[in-house]
Amino acid sequence: MMRFGVIIFPGSNCDQDCHYAIESRAGQPAVMLWHESEDLQGCDAVVVPGGFAYGDYLRTGAIAKFAPIMQSVKRFAQTGGMVLGICNGFQILCEAGLLPGALMRNAGLKYVCKQVYIRTETTDTPFTHSLHRGEVLQVPIGHMDGNYFCDEPTLASLQKEERVVFRYSSPGGERTPEANPNGSLDDIAGICSPGRNVLGLMPHPDRSSESMLGSADGLKIFQAMVGALVRK
Amino acid sequence: MTSKHLEVNGYNPINMKAHVFVSLKKTVLDPQGKTIHSALKKMGYQDIADVRQGKFFEVTLREGLDKTAANAEVERIAREVLTNPVIEEFQYRIQD
Amino acid sequence: MSTATRIEPTITPEIIAEHGLTPGEYRKILDTLGRTPTITELGIYSVMWSEHCSYKSSKVHLKRLPTRSKLVLQGPGENAGIIDIGDGWACAFKIESHNHPSFIEPFQGAATGVGGILRDIFTMGARPLAVMDSLRFGPITKSKDSGQATVHRNHSIVEGVVSGIAGYGNCFGVPNLGGETKFEDSYSQNPLVNAFALGLMRKEDIFYAKAAGVGNPVIYVGAKTGRDGIHGATMASEEFKEGSEQKRPNVQVGDPFLEKLLLEACLEAMQTGAIVGIQDMGAAGLTCSTCEMGARGGVGIRIELDRVPQRETGMNAYEIMLSESQERMLLVAEKGREHEVFRVFEKWGLDAVTVGVVIAEPRLRVFEHGQLVADIPNTSLTDDAPLYHRPLAAWTPPVPREMPATVTLKRRGDFTAELKQLLASPNICSKRWIFEQYESMVQTNTVEGPGADAGVMRIKGTRRGLAMSLDCNGRWCYLDPKLGAMHAVAEAARNVVCAGGRPVAATNCLNFGNPEKPPIMGQFSATVDGLAEACTALGTPITGGNVSLYNETLGEGIYPTPVVGVVGIIDDIDKVTRFHFAAPGRDILVLRTACSGDEAERLVRFGSSEYAKEVLGTLWGLPPALDLAAEADLQKTLLGLISQGLIESAHDCSEGGLAVALAEGCFVKGVGARVEVKSHGMAAELGLFAETASRVILSCDPKNTTRIQELAVQSGLRADRFGATIQERLEILVDGATAVSAAVSELKAAWAGALENALHG
Repeated sequence: MMRFGVIIFPGSNCDQDCHYAIESRAGQPAVMLWHESEDLQGCDAVVVPGGFAYGDYLRTGAIAKFAPIMQSVKRFAQTGGMVLGICNGFQILCEAGLLPGALMRNAGLKYVCKQVYIRTETTDTPFTHSLHRGEVLQVPIGHMDGNYFCDEPTLASLQKEERVVFRYSSPGGERTPEANPNGSLDDIAGICSPGRNVLGLMPHPDRSSESMLGSADGLKIFQAMVGALVRK
Repeated sequence: MTSKHLEVNGYNPINMKAHVFVSLKKTVLDPQGKTIHSALKKMGYQDIADVRQGKFFEVTLREGLDKTAANAEVERIAREVLTNPVIEEFQYRIQD
Repeated sequence: MSTATRIEPTITPEIIAEHGLTPGEYRKILDTLGRTPTITELGIYSVMWSEHCSYKSSKVHLKRLPTRSKLVLQGPGENAGIIDIGDGWACAFKIESHNHPSFIEPFQGAATGVGGILRDIFTMGARPLAVMDSLRFGPITKSKDSGQATVHRNHSIVEGVVSGIAGYGNCFGVPNLGGETKFEDSYSQNPLVNAFALGLMRKEDIFYAKAAGVGNPVIYVGAKTGRDGIHGATMASEEFKEGSEQKRPNVQVGDPFLEKLLLEACLEAMQTGAIVGIQDMGAAGLTCSTCEMGARGGVGIRIELDRVPQRETGMNAYEIMLSESQERMLLVAEKGREHEVFRVFEKWGLDAVTVGVVIAEPRLRVFEHGQLVADIPNTSLTDDAPLYHRPLAAWTPPVPREMPATVTLKRRGDFTAELKQLLASPNICSKRWIFEQYESMVQTNTVEGPGADAGVMRIKGTRRGLAMSLDCNGRWCYLDPKLGAMHAVAEAARNVVCAGGRPVAATNCLNFGNPEKPPIMGQFSATVDGLAEACTALGTPITGGNVSLYNETLGEGIYPTPVVGVVGIIDDIDKVTRFHFAAPGRDILVLRTACSGDEAERLVRFGSSEYAKEVLGTLWGLPPALDLAAEADLQKTLLGLISQGLIESAHDCSEGGLAVALAEGCFVKGVGARVEVKSHGMAAELGLFAETASRVILSCDPKNTTRIQELAVQSGLRADRFGATIQERLEILVDGATAVSAAVSELKAAWAGALENALHG
């Protein structure tokens, strides 16, 4: 069994969705971690869920990064702990410096909620080791600020180190302008840290963990994490 | 302490205000600014060369804070909290 | 710097009139109090006796609506209606208007509309599960009646309203399942924004907005009070208030983040068992919550305004009592257990302050700086508020009954171009541009999101689900208010049935013009009759809702618009039925009631169709006929077909008729259809585009067709097979000749991008 911790910030609204996906779909125990605490309660992996932490006021993730729990998450990540940031969680991890770059306002300037397709770019992460390279997942997005941006040297190193984990694609796996829903640089949907133990992505695996809701592809990410812990 | 001291002397202290402007770096695409610009052009405002959008903060400082300390504090807040250095830059002014 | 000093103004006839009170109403106040009211009391009466709070023009009619059934746990009169949905679960739901604020400031008006309806739901102990909206705007494309300026203004209202709804609901974290969006000239100066919300709770966890227990503390929680939305207050402001800044924003500003915290804190505080009653501070804020909670409990409330958390300085009693600041709640806790409540609110970083106490006398007593500034019997503000039997006159729409001689029908030939025109028309085209801005999947319960006949949510931990739909055709209500209202109920229920839901209850939002005009009151009364008949026939009692009157600009009323929301229970979520065709090779059937009428009769009904509006450019006649008993049979039969697993898709035939319904069925999967329609010697337009009611397009495995037809006939219905699904093309033949022939992708292109093109093209 793998013990997941799901952080609750004021304004998180996918915390229970992550909890449900992990417990009911992936069959693993999950505990809720309160933002004001520094205690990770012995978790094997931490999920920073989606939502609007602190209302996304100031900037998405800008206030959340100062929360006590994030200091523990940083230490946890530095020692190789698995951290998954989904949507607002990805934005928070970027703000906190656990991942490079920033998520800017969508190119269309509007919130976009729909099903998208993402292509697996590397299987060399604990989140994707059980997928195959080029595998396309149907996973929904729902965000206003998902337009990934970083400077050129950062992009070059992300590419060189194969740290772009997912790119937006067509259902057939081709990169097209229409497949990119928010204007993200290099069609980036998700990236990992240099140590490959921190993954941030805009699409929601928590919303795509059962076919009744449209797709069960996202469950594969949670299952890969469980597998990675067993292998460790 | 300072403010109390001033009050005792019958001085009516005024809170200094800092104005902080945060905008996207020039190298970063600003789709909101671009949209506003093209809307202005459509409306017939032909003399506009470019529009960049940003945020404005009015920070009211504690009574009696001296200007050097105020500068240091505002600069720190602007750099560490109000901007994301990956995409944004800032300017600020202290108003007396 | 100066502090406000109280100077009680003299109550003049002008002040009374500015408060919207009639001389008769003022006499009633004098009789009740036995003295002249204070200005604060006058303000309190004026808001509580306003149409919005008192329903003084509509109440005598609303009594005719059915409100009970075995499943109704709470009918009208509370913050929301509640029904029993089985397995120990209950759901609270309601629809409410925010029309006027959305015209003044579309973004904030719509946003606070969503905020208000969500509070109505969670104040009852339910966690909001879904929201939907029914929106009406003026035209967004230029025509002979709407020039560039009108169209531009309507565009900005659409943009503002949609982003306001999105901005609030998305941040709060409740999925939006769409709803309906319609465009008509009559809404140009008067858009309608009706927000629906539904929440889930365990049956034992229901909370009521009722004060009880003399000596119990009255606690204020949530946002601080500012001068937001104070009514008609331009008046007395100079007279009874000194000071420099007199800005009184009438627009309330919403804070969805705060509301999310308020939701979590309220639900958590309810779990402590220390809360006796709780009510949202919506319209008329602190006034409404204090007197209504007292009245429901047969007790009184005494409040000390000095303790009310305030955002601005120098607010007086009048302003504090009438403020409509958002994201606030009033609750009564058990004496001695306040700290349990405070602890929860503190955890979520929210203000929670004891502002008063429950008293035995059934009165609202308001103290400011230790001085009694209002002392009013509760029921004079609530149950005993004025009631009017406004004069009625029959409503006759100023349109011809027969098809005008200037209109010519093609009768035969190719209608592909006309179908494309309809698919691209604002009322029929895809609303994707709107609903993709709404979060529709958060909470991971959305089985069928926006764009379907009905929204469908599963209930975690059970096999059950809920289906919901909002409907109204204002044009039909304009032509025949009673029949139009019946259609609103029938269509909402039919949509729920198409998804596999058993309709069990309804909520309504009745949007009308000026009730002081007898023909408008005539529309209203006929509408209530229609709703009552249809809700009775279809087994969907009305559990609550809202009335919005005076929707007029420059003397022009809106189309009477009784929006109906129907909720249905799905016993087995695995049997949810989709509205679209799944694959080629399926039979296509039309399940319908027996139709009647010769061509002349049908042409009268055709005048109310989208085809008449969009293609023929005119309006005449009547809405389609509706036989409620047959409609009930159809819904029951369709549910039976679904539960037996005989059909694969079911789609209600509505705006644009058969041809549009078929095209919509093709779009999701790009599956085509080839069908044959018989004209029986009538114009082909009628077969293709007439909006005849009580028809559902089914698709099924061909092996089930005979069985479906047998079951239909047993119920006195018909289920004629008139074609099959094919690859990628829509082909419709009338009497063997091609009437529509196009690639599905081509039709879809016309339909999919039309709204965005109209707004940004």
